[in-house]
Amino acid sequence: MKTNENTPSPPVKPESPEDFDRAAFIKAAAILAGAAAVGAVALVNGKRTKISNEPTGEATVRKLPPMETIPVDRHSDPLLRMQKELEIAMAKPVEQRHWMMVIDTRKCVGCHACTIACVAENKLPPGVVYRPVVTEEIGRFPNVALRFTPRPCMQCNAPPCTPVCPVKATWKRPDGIVAVDYDKCIGCGYCITACPYNARTRDAGEFYTEGTPALQPYEQEPNFEYGKHWKREGHKSPIGNARKCQFCLHRLEVGMLPECVTSCIGRATYFGDGNDPESLVSELAAKPNAIRLLEEKGTKPNVVYLI
Amino acid sequence: MKKHWRILLWTLWVIVAVLGVHGFASRLIEGHRHANYGSYIIWGLWVSAYIYFIGLSAGSFLLSSMIYVFGVKKLEKIGRLALFTAIITLCMALISIWFDLGQMFRAYRMVTSPNFGSMMAWMVWLYSLYTVIMVVELWMAMRADLCRWQSEPGVRGWVGRTLAFHRGPLPPEKERWCHHWLKVLAIVGVPLAIAFHGGVGALFSTLSARPFWHTPLMPILFLTGALVSGGGLMAFVVAAFYPHRNDEQRQMVAYIGRAVLGLLLFDVVLEWAEFSVPMWYGVGHEYDLLMRVLFGDFWWVFWIVHVGLGCLVPIYLLAFRGDKLWSVGLAGLLIAVTFMTVRLNIVIPGLLDPHLQGLQNAFSDHRLVFWYVPSFFEWQVTMFIVALGSALFYLGYRFLPLTANQTENSPVRH
Repeated sequence: MKTNENTPSPPVKPESPEDFDRAAFIKAAAILAGAAAVGAVALVNGKRTKISNEPTGEATVRKLPPMETIPVDRHSDPLLRMQKELEIAMAKPVEQRHWMMVIDTRKCVGCHACTIACVAENKLPPGVVYRPVVTEEIGRFPNVALRFTPRPCMQCNAPPCTPVCPVKATWKRPDGIVAVDYDKCIGCGYCITACPYNARTRDAGEFYTEGTPALQPYEQEPNFEYGKHWKREGHKSPIGNARKCQFCLHRLEVGMLPECVTSCIGRATYFGDGNDPESLVSELAAKPNAIRLLEEKGTKPNVVYLI
Repeated sequence: MKKHWRILLWTLWVIVAVLGVHGFASRLIEGHRHANYGSYIIWGLWVSAYIYFIGLSAGSFLLSSMIYVFGVKKLEKIGRLALFTAIITLCMALISIWFDLGQMFRAYRMVTSPNFGSMMAWMVWLYSLYTVIMVVELWMAMRADLCRWQSEPGVRGWVGRTLAFHRGPLPPEKERWCHHWLKVLAIVGVPLAIAFHGGVGALFSTLSARPFWHTPLMPILFLTGALVSGGGLMAFVVAAFYPHRNDEQRQMVAYIGRAVLGLLLFDVVLEWAEFSVPMWYGVGHEYDLLMRVLFGDFWWVFWIVHVGLGCLVPIYLLAFRGDKLWSVGLAGLLIAVTFMTVRLNIVIPGLLDPHLQGLQNAFSDHRLVFWYVPSFFEWQVTMFIVALGSALFYLGYRFLPLTANQTENSPVRH
């Protein structure tokens, strides 16, 4: 502003009000055209750049202790088979794995064990749930039936939640998991509104045992989401952040199946590498009774339901 | 203004401010705990207040551009008042949305690592530019008067010396320079205000997961809403705060009133489209949501507050009593205040219903419900914003040359 003052006023010396107007309009048009060009570049750039800078390649290969004591083949118990397949998948670089979950709704009894196991594993506070079991009542009392649909994050191939993040705090990993960086998330809630499955929730900073004589230690222990150490206290992350199921990534890294899979009493939840044609999940996902939730939304979920 | 009115207003302000500061402190210390929005209905009163205030801002700004861009001579004397109102309501909007963030001290990340693929990042960048343009515009519009104030004693002299960035009377060529660039910025501001407020609408309407918001009409509806509510607010501000009770004021208010009436009628047409199209055959997800808006527990918000007080009464006042100062001012105030219900009725119903029926029965938790009424704490924080905004407005009104050429006397006390 200051420097401009010293130069003689507008370059086109306005003589009449019309000239004055014209000079102003030309300058404004120039500013707007410049701004529009910068904006277009920013938009194209923003749409094209990948947000994730996850490591890939050899560095991501995990040599897990092999399961040698028990022979495992296609006919073994599904948990053993999935454990073996996990070991095989983790021996590949991250970009060659593609995690999938298959849920056999015919085997789900609606016990909610997976929901609670998940809460315990990830030390979830009130208001945050990663895997609720959707419970529908069908029919009219007294002739009713119940239908149960466990709903983890679908880890969509076309996630509607990641492109909306204004600060690049959430992205799709090379192995298909949709991750959140708690240290970057500002907690605006936009991703939460963008998910048609309501799979994202926000940590409001509450504790279940608040208002009782003492906060219980189990709520104050850190969780290990994304392989880091998160202790909920004060205003520190993940308090205030968007939180979601991440297929227990921190467990996978050390050779354990997701908590909901191991805790399912009916063997209704299957997990594995969709890129391995021999895996149990690849086999099940190809069954004729396989569906995905809200397929019309075009999100291409990686959670498959057998009905 | 009569003395008892002044006492009443001050008392009201003090009550609102005390409650508001308590809410503000509680928000800073305890975070979101006392708020009623949860994980499913993640946006509530504060987001609604945000789009409400930002609409008022865009509306008053576009009104100011009628003067600086389109040269509507009749309104020339209220250009600065309109700009200043736009700046204050923008500040209120930004504070409102800032409180809504889960990690409010990371807001700077919008600047340091924006994702320009996201509508929200665009919105933030556009309204930052808009703020800069408005502040510079207002400064340019006031500069000559600020220079004139420098020799005066007290606060006004100090304000003049601090803000003018020039000693002594402003030479004509500098004044001309200011007018020229004011016009340039005002022209730049028009598409910018349209882009950013349309962008706020697009922030909602781009979400395919929310059919209630996912309509291409939404950005247009936001713009029209901004013009209506901002125009209403300006009608009230000019009727109440213009320093001279004369014919000129009456003419200006009547002029704004006619514009607001036209805009309001157009907004009603758009709203009719917005409601009638998804509801006509009585089937579908959106039909259910709109039925809850019209005939649910909060039917009165729509029918009494919005339709009655926000549309019918103002339409009557503007159409049949449009020549009277008080009736246009009242109509403007009614439109501006009740427009908050339109904002609430956009934000909350959009989040009300899960696509996966039965999710509401999945997990018993007070934050995992599809039901929302703002808590008193949320209202308190909004009161803080209103108290702060009105205080800033009053300070500006007292100590800035907001109405043209008011050099002779100090502004009329309110």
